[in-house]
Amino acid sequence: MDSSIIFSLRLSFQVALISTLFVAAVGICVSYVLARKEFRGRELVDILFTLPLVLPPTVTGYYLIVLFGRNGILGSYLYDLTGWSIMFTWYAAALASFVVSLPLMIKTTRAAFESIDRNLIDASYTLGHSEFVTFLRVVLPLAKKGIIAGAILSFARALGEFGATLMVAGNIPGKTNTMPISIYSLANSGEWSQANFLVIFFTVMSALFLFAANRFSKRIL
Amino acid sequence: MGLTVRLRKDTGKFLLDVAWEMENEILVLFGHSGSGKSMTLQLMAGLMEPDEGYISSNGRVFHDTLKGINIKPQERRFGYAFQDRVLFPHMTVRENIFYGLLRSKRDGREEKVRHMLEVFHLEEIENKRPSEISGGQKQRVTLARALIGRPEALLLDEPFSALDNTLRIEMRQLVMRIKKEFDIPIVLVTHDILEAYTMADKVALYVGGLVAQTGTPGEIFYTPSSPDVDFYLALNFPFLANQYQK
Repeated sequence: MDSSIIFSLRLSFQVALISTLFVAAVGICVSYVLARKEFRGRELVDILFTLPLVLPPTVTGYYLIVLFGRNGILGSYLYDLTGWSIMFTWYAAALASFVVSLPLMIKTTRAAFESIDRNLIDASYTLGHSEFVTFLRVVLPLAKKGIIAGAILSFARALGEFGATLMVAGNIPGKTNTMPISIYSLANSGEWSQANFLVIFFTVMSALFLFAANRFSKRIL
Repeated sequence: MGLTVRLRKDTGKFLLDVAWEMENEILVLFGHSGSGKSMTLQLMAGLMEPDEGYISSNGRVFHDTLKGINIKPQERRFGYAFQDRVLFPHMTVRENIFYGLLRSKRDGREEKVRHMLEVFHLEEIENKRPSEISGGQKQRVTLARALIGRPEALLLDEPFSALDNTLRIEMRQLVMRIKKEFDIPIVLVTHDILEAYTMADKVALYVGGLVAQTGTPGEIFYTPSSPDVDFYLALNFPFLANQYQK
């Protein structure tokens, strides 16, 4: 097999893995707050985090450029300080995957948190345990399946991220060409046999991920 | 010794306005569903905040609206056992009871758990999950877990309603033993007249969010304090009628 294909396979997994680690950490915190706290603008926060699920990936990518580009709102500070920009690096691919797959994590995890019997949490409080201890020892273990399902879905989504990634990380061979982007290039240049291999590989793997996610959670999407 | 409770809470749909006191004894909150009994326990445990109220136990004040005192449920340490479904399904019987102990108090935790397993006859099922044990066993675990941390008081919300008759009698005896061994106030919510009559040292009769009368079971059922109470009992427990018409 072509070494460039092996590179893009490896890169995709690296990007998806890093993205999913952050998605899991941020997703669990955000979902907990959304599920258990009453505050003004709660649904607005939910919508903001969910938007990338329905926005065209190019629009999400556009926002990321506006925020993190070399002249972007945050990116310009970073560039002035360090002379480094995240754009067109594999970090940008991970960032794009993060933003696009976070909604899947939040949706599944929030549902899992909300399905926990309120009485169990109250019971933990009346036994003298703080909210944090209750979160670690009651809420997290009881939501475990939903959290794992959310992480698997997010990983699968991160692996397949194309549109936003192309806008912020580009298509630089040997640097930012993840699997989906390689498939696009291969199809463009008519290298069908390699494209076929990647497409089939991708399809089988995605099906396996969905199967795994379904095993952990009965009601997703 | 004992508990002092004064609570007022208006939810818009329902007004609760009650006051009672008790010693280290069994007080039964008796009345229909929806008369504010469970709400009283939730307010006492700190899971809900009253509009106005005062709760103290043996000189410790847990809530005083006038002085702005409102201790968190975590620090009130009321043992609160409600109907069912409150055992942690992901923990074994033993782990559930262990969870009733705080991490800060390290010494002798193993022995304490062992002792509770013995007192409540749970040694044989200590490694089972709540889904694998019977209703009566679940109740015993709930009680053990609530009591292992030596709570200020024990609040029981219809703890036996899901059990069959034989088990219920057994559990009532267990609660009587708990009263002796732990010497704490026990507040028992029930709408079962037999339970109220046989277990209570004192009954508070709840009618529509108010306490219509407090007294020993005999006083309540045989010498109703007002025509209201009389009417309520006659309406709801007609088989008592010939007793108090004498």
